[in-house]
Amino acid sequence: MDVITNAIDALVDITPIYMQGFLLTLALLGIAGVGAFILGVLIAAMRISPVPSLRVFATVYTEILRNIPLLLVLFFCAFVLPILGVNLDFFLLAALGLTLYTSPFVAEAVRSGFNGVPVGQAEAARSIGMGFTQTVGLVILPQASRMVVPPLINVFIALTKNTSVAGAFFVNELFKATASAARDNGDVVILTLIYAAALYLAITVPLGLIAGAIEKKVMVLR
Amino acid sequence: MSTSILYDAPGPKTKRNSTIASVISALAILALLVWVYFILAAPRVSANGAEQPGLFDPSRTDILSDPEVWGAFGRGVLNTLRMAGVAAVLAIIVGILFSFGRTAASKWVRIPTSILLEFFRGIPLLLLIFFVFLLFSTGSYWAGVLGLAIYNGAIIGEALRAGISSLPKGQREGGLSVGLTSLQTRFIIEFPQAFRQMLPIILAQLVVLLKDTSLAYVVAYPELSRIIKELQNFYGSRYLFTLFAVGLVIYLVMNVSLSYIARYIAKRSGPKLGDITPDKPKAPGAEGTRAITIPRGSRSYGEAGNTGW
Repeated sequence: MDVITNAIDALVDITPIYMQGFLLTLALLGIAGVGAFILGVLIAAMRISPVPSLRVFATVYTEILRNIPLLLVLFFCAFVLPILGVNLDFFLLAALGLTLYTSPFVAEAVRSGFNGVPVGQAEAARSIGMGFTQTVGLVILPQASRMVVPPLINVFIALTKNTSVAGAFFVNELFKATASAARDNGDVVILTLIYAAALYLAITVPLGLIAGAIEKKVMVLR
Repeated sequence: MSTSILYDAPGPKTKRNSTIASVISALAILALLVWVYFILAAPRVSANGAEQPGLFDPSRTDILSDPEVWGAFGRGVLNTLRMAGVAAVLAIIVGILFSFGRTAASKWVRIPTSILLEFFRGIPLLLLIFFVFLLFSTGSYWAGVLGLAIYNGAIIGEALRAGISSLPKGQREGGLSVGLTSLQTRFIIEFPQAFRQMLPIILAQLVVLLKDTSLAYVVAYPELSRIIKELQNFYGSRYLFTLFAVGLVIYLVMNVSLSYIARYIAKRSGPKLGDITPDKPKAPGAEGTRAITIPRGSRSYGEAGNTGW
């Protein structure tokens, strides 16, 4: 009986820092999610644009950011950007790092949505005399946006999990809270970890379910 | 690249405009890089008034001539590869097991597997590595390997399952009708096709796995990024930027070459992919969309429509 009350006490004790961490994780997800979405759409637009240098830039940008670990991206934001005169606190720098890291994945998701639109659609639009902007804006994009949602949600799920890395850069998000709680409560380590896992799952599982539901809907439409 | 379906083949005027736009944006990007370079190279005055040399100053890069530094980098790379290699093999095995569990006929296997999969896919890898480390006291190397293997295995398992369910129904029916058992059909008819179809996704995931070894820092495993941190602690923080830059280049070289190999393999097994997907749009001029699209990653969504019939 004693063991159970101890465990419950410990869980109640860590709840405040967990909630604080959870809110910071949500804030990181929100800021980086919106930022990465805007940046990612821009990058995707650059990659399909008729201007070669923009295409090259977007490709190089994607290749670099996709091929270095998030840890290094955040390291860059936390320690190198301040040298360049960016004076933000670690939370915003971490959000910026997550934005940069996630944007190429958003761009790829958007592109894969474009991929799903049958070629005939673009050909038909072109053959009735529409230009690049019209073809993309009026024909491809409305169809692609539907296909883009599931992979995009998957990117945001990954982002949710990636926010945990920000804990290494002085942001007290959920993982940092977990690590310190696990250190302080040696006897109920499993519970502290499962508690944290449940909080992460509370974000990722609903997102996954939404993605699945939309995917099914899109499937019927096609 | 030259023939995108989205716009006309450029005429002389558009070509000129496009070249001008290209040159201008290239110059703008170049100017930005030069500006960043000069800011980084300029000596800085810190808060207490002391002047520090610029980031490309010899006093900041002289450790690069020290063979011990390169030895440390080499150890870091080796440790990273050692972890990634074992984890990759295990991840594929775990993925195969997961995909079989997920598609099993008995719901007593299927439902627990699904719950486990959701759990492993839904929590951060960092937490998973930490989990393994604290719960099984495996030591840092195996905590990293097992964490990576389970996490990526869950993702590969999902990809394989999607591959199996996107196969035409006739494949399974054909297998069953020639007298194979359900399990045999899965093993020798469906699984090889699904594996080949999902190869690009699996390989892309292995690149992610290589990157994610850096998260083993949480259990103090001495892989590349941890080594960078340790070198910086040892030699002093004025080498921070130099060490960071070297680490960045090493990671880029490792991952880009692996991505390249992955893409090459994916392309080689490419032609076989098309045959098993009957309703793939094969409109004339389909190759024209290459400029706006990539084959990678799109597959699971593009062909998900097969499951219905």
